[in-house]
Amino acid sequence: MKIHLENVVKTFESFQAVKGVSLDIESGELVALLGPSGSGKTTILRMVAGLEYADGGAIHFGDQDATDIPVRDRGVGFVFQHYALFPHMTVADNIAFGMKVSKVKRDRAAIDSRVADLLRLVRLEGLGDRFPAQISGGQRQRVALARALSVDPKVLLLDEPFGALDANVRRDLRRWLREIHSELGITTLFVTHDQEEALDLADRVVILKDGQIVQQGTPQEVCRDPKSAFVMKFLGDANVIAAEVKDGRAHVGGLSIEAAGVADGRGELYARPRDIDWSVEGPGIAAEITRVLDRADGRRVLATTGAGEALEFDVEPERVVKAGDAGFVTLRRAKVFCATLRLP
Amino acid sequence: MSTVSTRRKPPRVGDAPLFRRLMIGIVVVLVALVIIAPLVIIGVEAFSKGWQLYRDTVIHPDTLHAVMLTVLAALIAVPVNTVFGIAAAWAITKFDFWGKRFLLVVIEIPFSVSPIVAGVAYLFVYGLQGLFGPWLDAHDIKILFAVPGIIIASMFVTAPFVARELIPLMQAQGRDLEEASTSLGASGWRTFFSVTLPNVKWALLYGVILCNARVMGEFGAVSVVSGNIRGQTNTLPLHIELLYHDYNATGAFAAASILALIAVFTIIAKVALERQGAGRVRKTDNPAEKTS
Repeated sequence: MKIHLENVVKTFESFQAVKGVSLDIESGELVALLGPSGSGKTTILRMVAGLEYADGGAIHFGDQDATDIPVRDRGVGFVFQHYALFPHMTVADNIAFGMKVSKVKRDRAAIDSRVADLLRLVRLEGLGDRFPAQISGGQRQRVALARALSVDPKVLLLDEPFGALDANVRRDLRRWLREIHSELGITTLFVTHDQEEALDLADRVVILKDGQIVQQGTPQEVCRDPKSAFVMKFLGDANVIAAEVKDGRAHVGGLSIEAAGVADGRGELYARPRDIDWSVEGPGIAAEITRVLDRADGRRVLATTGAGEALEFDVEPERVVKAGDAGFVTLRRAKVFCATLRLP
Repeated sequence: MSTVSTRRKPPRVGDAPLFRRLMIGIVVVLVALVIIAPLVIIGVEAFSKGWQLYRDTVIHPDTLHAVMLTVLAALIAVPVNTVFGIAAAWAITKFDFWGKRFLLVVIEIPFSVSPIVAGVAYLFVYGLQGLFGPWLDAHDIKILFAVPGIIIASMFVTAPFVARELIPLMQAQGRDLEEASTSLGASGWRTFFSVTLPNVKWALLYGVILCNARVMGEFGAVSVVSGNIRGQTNTLPLHIELLYHDYNATGAFAAASILALIAVFTIIAKVALERQGAGRVRKTDNPAEKTS
């Protein structure tokens, strides 16, 4: 089912949570709404679900205007961040609930066999008799997904589905959700504030800030070509170095970096920690190492430039560096944006 | 080094032996003096003149009538306040509306107002000189010094019990469960009976039991509005006072023993329910184990 949002607006009392969002989600697509807290991503999801109503604009499911259809009749499957499993029902009863209350009547045998199918799909065979309190967080989230899928929703919506789980479980569930999606091909929209999760899982990432979409595209598009400093910073660690932009090139410490389309004047260089090289001799931006952090996959160096900017970058594990070393950094890759804030 | 095991460990914070004994001692003495002794006296005095007199007092028509009236008041006031409590808790925890905080405070008023004040207030509302008094009199409706007055006064005093038990629980549960239920296609009624109610049932029952105990034991408010007519508008607590004023101490204690018995059953039911309730809380709060 194709979803189309047209200039959707939502205001809570005096706070405008969503300021005119238009978005198209293709049938069968897996889309992430990514943004910091307060960016309106959950509100958008809840409006698509019908748990909140838009103050303005329209939401279409296929050819149908779904803007004012109540959640009960909207035919969406919603997975809550804290699972929202019914604690007084067994896992099987939780999954069967939607079929039992449905206007489409099914007999007991049909419900039981569908529950068994869903338990198999979420790999929880044999746990049907347990209560939610007796299973782990990851298992609960899988039950929540099975329950949402039980009513054959047109659209699957997930609100921070892995937010309450620890890192390893999260990674496993992410891969697993991707598999389920490929298997069922159901149009899926999920909300996350974790950029890694969004990039790992989604066909397309929609990045939100202050109730507006700032950029959308495939993970490759948004990672390789962030359109703003906000997106650059939000997608991962980024070093910021003040630079002077002239005739489409940014200049700092003897380095010259491509900056097509950036107005002349003050600019900011954004570089990922892996895109910074360290050498004892110039040319480059003079810097002094303040601290070295050893990590499983290399060494993270914290340094300060001559201008007082803090830098973080990675060097190979064998590299001999220590706090107090002076040297120069060069940039393998960097994005240049107009200066947004005055640096000291 | 084995010095660690032989050395006396200092007590944990707040666990000094003297302090501990002092605290436990104070509590035990106070409980014995304030709670246990009076209860024992009720039992002893009730039977002090023998089983026969006890039986006579209990099956005396006036006593039986008082018991019936008390039960009647409970049978009406408790269900009404249960429905009120559920509605109030639902409104406060699931909706946002103007004046919500005010409503919360108003619901608590019966707890903070002395029941006798409520009784006097009812006199001024429904009494002959009161607000609706003349109108009620003209239509020949008797509220004060009659059964309706007793029931209304009981309802006032016990209005907060159910709501008070439900509100914190329903607040903690949030709206997720109801939203999940609705998104799965359940109607409002279905959601209420299949999802909301089962999750608050122990707290609800707990509130109902406390409410019932209070209705049956209420003295102050009822005393003002009932008129104390023996065999007509006398509830059990009022009857006890009457017997006592008749210098029938044994009779008063015998009647009191009925109330005490109700109290004992209430306590047992309450403890049993707390077990259930506590079990539920412990289960849901149990942090998840690592997933398989």
